Amino acid sequence: MIRVVVPYHLRNLAKIGEEISLEVEGTVSVDSILDALEDKYPNLKGTIRDHVTKQRRPFIRFFACGQDFSNGPTSAPLPDAVAKGEQQFLVVGAIAGG
Amino acid sequence: MSKVRVLVGTKKGAFICTADGKRQDWKIEGPHFLGWEMYHLKGCPTNPDRIYASQTSGWFGQVIQRSDDGGKTWDTPGSTEDEREKVFGMLGGESNKFVYDGVAGSHKFYDGSDVPWVFKRVWHLEPSLTDPDTVYAGVEDAALFKSTNGGKTWEELSGLRTHTTGSNWQPGAGGMCLHTILIDPKNEKRMWVAISAAGVFRTDDGGKTWKPTNKGLKSNFMPEEEAEVGHCVHRIALHPSNTDRLFMQKHWDVMRSDDGADNWYEVSDNLPSDFGFPIDVHAHEPETIYVVPIKSDSEHIPPDGKLRVYRSKTGGNEWEALTKGLPQQHCYVNVLREAMAVDELDDCGIYFGTTGGAVYCSPDGGDHWNAINENFPSVLSVEVQTLP
Repeated sequence: MIRVVVPYHLRNLAKIGEEISLEVEGTVSVDSILDALEDKYPNLKGTIRDHVTKQRRPFIRFFACGQDFSNGPTSAPLPDAVAKGEQQFLVVGAIAGG
Repeated sequence: MSKVRVLVGTKKGAFICTADGKRQDWKIEGPHFLGWEMYHLKGCPTNPDRIYASQTSGWFGQVIQRSDDGGKTWDTPGSTEDEREKVFGMLGGESNKFVYDGVAGSHKFYDGSDVPWVFKRVWHLEPSLTDPDTVYAGVEDAALFKSTNGGKTWEELSGLRTHTTGSNWQPGAGGMCLHTILIDPKNEKRMWVAISAAGVFRTDDGGKTWKPTNKGLKSNFMPEEEAEVGHCVHRIALHPSNTDRLFMQKHWDVMRSDDGADNWYEVSDNLPSDFGFPIDVHAHEPETIYVVPIKSDSEHIPPDGKLRVYRSKTGGNEWEALTKGLPQQHCYVNVLREAMAVDELDDCGIYFGTTGGAVYCSPDGGDHWNAINENFPSVLSVEVQTLP
């Protein structure tokens, strides 16, 4: 199971806890994790990435294993530690506003 | 005895205030959607317990919320397990999908350059007067969307945005927003919308085709003061008994039309400032209208630090200040365009909210005012429902 953490406001929107577990088939990547996340919690569609283009929203970043996966190819495999559920995949909202 | 339910959208959540017909003792519920900007909430005329809400965020984008129990509980339409099975198979999550029809094209930026049309947020939700599943959404960048399934999915009425003038529309200071939707209660195919800073447009065929209706408006910030489009219309309002008569608070100037917006003329008269945002009409007196003068577009504060609603009982001109119960010194708040409403009780109630977080109610048509609460977050919108 993949362990995913989304920002506070999206947890409230999807009515979920701090960490959720997702089953991801095939390659574990940013794309496949977000596909699984949106399939399970459809009202998160459009809040992390654009509905149509699938482009990441500007104030959202993706982190795992101490690395930033926000700007890399979103279909690329994530580290094994994420795929094995040893490390969380973090969807982070930018700290902005002073 | 009848009662009222006031729907307050703020920069940090939504609040629902209820009172009996006296409108003195208020029960406040909320915040709902704490931390999100709630641009607008509005109930359905034919099913008052159905309320649509626009929830938005610079981080997470647009979310449409719907309540079917008068605001006690909320859900994103079409995303509950039950609805997903029935309506979408296992899809769902389309209620916040606002995609322009076809190639979006470009409009003008502040400096006159061309920029692409990009959806940002829903400013205004206008439920149909006859069908609670039909609702219109006015959005930024300016366009009109329609849902016929209770907000589960949305389609653009693209005849508006693709009007021949569309590529020349420019944003106002708050963005290029479609902020007002008026439906003619005598003919639901006839509607008016207002866009900052393009102007007023009317459809007579249910939204397929639109025509700019800005004749008589003058905007001295434009090279051509009386151009067909480009006017920063802040709000328009009408009374259901005479839908040829419309009232407008423009960036500057309070205006009136007696022919369905084909022609406008100024009725600012003795206002201390004819700049402002909201305008509304008394529920039972079609010639009684209300505005909140603001000092200027540079300062956005009430003149002389006095928060005054102005009332005209003659459909414009001959304005009188309404001050009893409102702060008359050191008041430096603004009242935004969506933040005024009227109820339909026999003694018509007038409501407005401020950027300082106060929501005021006058249960006697504006003569006396009481604060429902003075410490909400900055108020973006106020709507009121009159309930049996």
